[in-house]
Amino acid sequence: MNNSYTKLVSDLAPRKFSWKGNVWVVFLAIIVLVGLYSYIQQLRQGLVVTGMRDYALWGIYISNFVFFVAVSLVGSLITAILRLSGVHWSTPLTRIAEIIAVAAIIMAGITIIVDMGRPDRMLNLFLHGRLQSPIIWDVIVISTYLAISLLFLYYPLLPDFSILKKHFQENKYLNRWYGRLSLNWTGSKRQMNIYSRSIKILSVLIIPVAFAIHTVTAWLFETTYRPGWDSTNFGPYFVAGAFVAGSGAVVIVMYVLRKAYKLEDYITDHHFDLMGKILVMLCLLYLYFNINEYLMPTYKSTEEEAVHLRSLFTGEYAWLFWTAIIGGLVLPVIVLLFRWGRKPLPLFIVSLAVVLGAWWKRYVIVIPTLSHPFLPIQGVPQSWHRYQPTWMEWSITMATLALALLIITFLVRFLPIVPIQETAEERQWPDSIQTTRP
Amino acid sequence: METENNSEQKSRRNFVEQGLKFGLLTAASGALLAKVFGKSESNPSEETVELMSTDGTLMQVPATAVSHQHESKSAYNPREGFPNRKFVMVVDLAKCRNAKKCQSSCNKNHYITGENAWIKIYKMQDSEKAAPYWQPTLCQHCDEPPCVKVCPVDATFKRRDGIVLIDNNRCIGCRFCMAACPYSVRIFNWSDPWQGDAVEQAEYTPDYSGVPSQKGTVDKCDFCPHMIDKGELPHCVSACPNDVFAFGDLYEDTVTNGSGQSFKLSKLLKDRAGYRLMESLGTQPSVYYLPPSERVVDFEEGLENYTEFQSVDKPENP
Repeated sequence: MNNSYTKLVSDLAPRKFSWKGNVWVVFLAIIVLVGLYSYIQQLRQGLVVTGMRDYALWGIYISNFVFFVAVSLVGSLITAILRLSGVHWSTPLTRIAEIIAVAAIIMAGITIIVDMGRPDRMLNLFLHGRLQSPIIWDVIVISTYLAISLLFLYYPLLPDFSILKKHFQENKYLNRWYGRLSLNWTGSKRQMNIYSRSIKILSVLIIPVAFAIHTVTAWLFETTYRPGWDSTNFGPYFVAGAFVAGSGAVVIVMYVLRKAYKLEDYITDHHFDLMGKILVMLCLLYLYFNINEYLMPTYKSTEEEAVHLRSLFTGEYAWLFWTAIIGGLVLPVIVLLFRWGRKPLPLFIVSLAVVLGAWWKRYVIVIPTLSHPFLPIQGVPQSWHRYQPTWMEWSITMATLALALLIITFLVRFLPIVPIQETAEERQWPDSIQTTRP
Repeated sequence: METENNSEQKSRRNFVEQGLKFGLLTAASGALLAKVFGKSESNPSEETVELMSTDGTLMQVPATAVSHQHESKSAYNPREGFPNRKFVMVVDLAKCRNAKKCQSSCNKNHYITGENAWIKIYKMQDSEKAAPYWQPTLCQHCDEPPCVKVCPVDATFKRRDGIVLIDNNRCIGCRFCMAACPYSVRIFNWSDPWQGDAVEQAEYTPDYSGVPSQKGTVDKCDFCPHMIDKGELPHCVSACPNDVFAFGDLYEDTVTNGSGQSFKLSKLLKDRAGYRLMESLGTQPSVYYLPPSERVVDFEEGLENYTEFQSVDKPENP
């Protein structure tokens, strides 16, 4: 019994990267550095280094921001919603989901700063903030969500930190840090009480805040009059899409970590099967909202909407639009309906398609609308009619994505990616809790 | 708390002061009118100016009898606006032949160095069989401005005199106002504007947009408060060779065009079936349009001036 517990701890304790891991980190770091160079250029010369202009006034920075906010929602789904509904199979995935959520919401904040024309005046948001602006709502809910997500990542880690402190007895440095981070966790009855109550409270708190961050992000568009954004469907449509993107991201990280750390005993094929089923359900839900979002305006085809929809269905954005819908939504649903489709490798590939599709879907939501204003586009250079991201813009965007992966990688390096304590508990080693006591 | 009290007291004092001033002004103008009426027929050879009485009739008045009263700049707060004024503009589409003098004058006087003018003359055609027309379009200075609603930092604001302005020292460059504006009148300084030393070193105030412009912030038509302050018409109004524009005060129910002719606003809008752009959006613009019916100019005449891909003449880059 004790033997298998020791094995469990050493299986799940953070490990040094292999050479592959190091190459990965260097690779990401290079992308981040290139993006940093571009951003310095942007600070110097202004947003003129991007492809945005007065008509295409928002570009991939904003669609990327929406993507990050979307992905961050998964923390609340896997950890809070499943936890509250008494589902236990998802326990080994909770940490992965929370790590993704924290990385994504941090990067959402950074991305929105990247888009600002005057980032030096960011403090104005606090000095002169006006509550009627949806941007202020976003500032409020995103910072709240970041705080709750950090707590939600940290709290369940307390017992694990205490276990790791013991595990790394020989390593003075790690031993000291895990000890500090465990906040004197002993696993006493009183601590356990506070612990489980706090997690329950956080689980309840995080759900409305998660819904709020993405609903408010949808409102950034919905509060304008523009065809394509002027929709009452946007809030739930965005939230549903967010769960799709986030679940896809979880599957990808699950798959990679399981392979890299040989965690087949903990993240089993059964987990992939269930995640596959969740993904099908979410994709179908998102598809339903998509039908609402596009079919009804098409049916009515008011002049402004028709111009917009034509550009999506058959016009210049048709290729992107249909790839995102079919490749990122319809095909995944079909594949995942089969049992073989929910095996780890096929599900991994499907999830890549889903996440990629989700990124481009946000591009299709943000950009085409801006090329169809109410008044005709006249009196500006021809190049302003069509938005074309520059390589600098791409490099900055890639850097934000790489930085998100770097945050995830860093957290994976130092945190147990599968919760040790909870897994032990669920495998019902009665002495496991005691072993956490000093 | 104390400072709040202070400022409240201050604003109350301001109010009283301004009220008093206004009262004096009214009394003075009353006296003036009496004087005018008493004198109007006595000396026909004198130089006269055209004035409108409160019931809308025009009359000739000796120039010597009229004294110009204008608030001095120090008397008003650029965020509050001119007290007891409400500015409106009327654009007569029947007269526009795309001469583009409004645009070049605006570009010049606001030192616009970007590639998108603040006033654009759109080539419009509402439906296939309907006649095309030219539509000068500038900031509509809406009474329910969607741009002001979404600004997170109160950088763009609505004044009591109806003017919507931008404080470029506060704007954070999020461009939400541009997304919110259905009239596409807001432009962004994507790079350094390079307006030359004289402009760049000018003291910035929000009521003279573009002097200077700032990289990373939003600009747009300001309805020229700096001209109103001098008792003059906005640049576009006075530059138009065809009297397309008329500018004035809703409270006075009067608008004046570039030639100095004045009209009773309510009558003009009634007679000519004036309308506002995208009324259905509920933005309540301050700019009225008179439909392009019974035109005094040919649409085709404007075509030679039409540049689809340019609205600002490129200056020599320093």
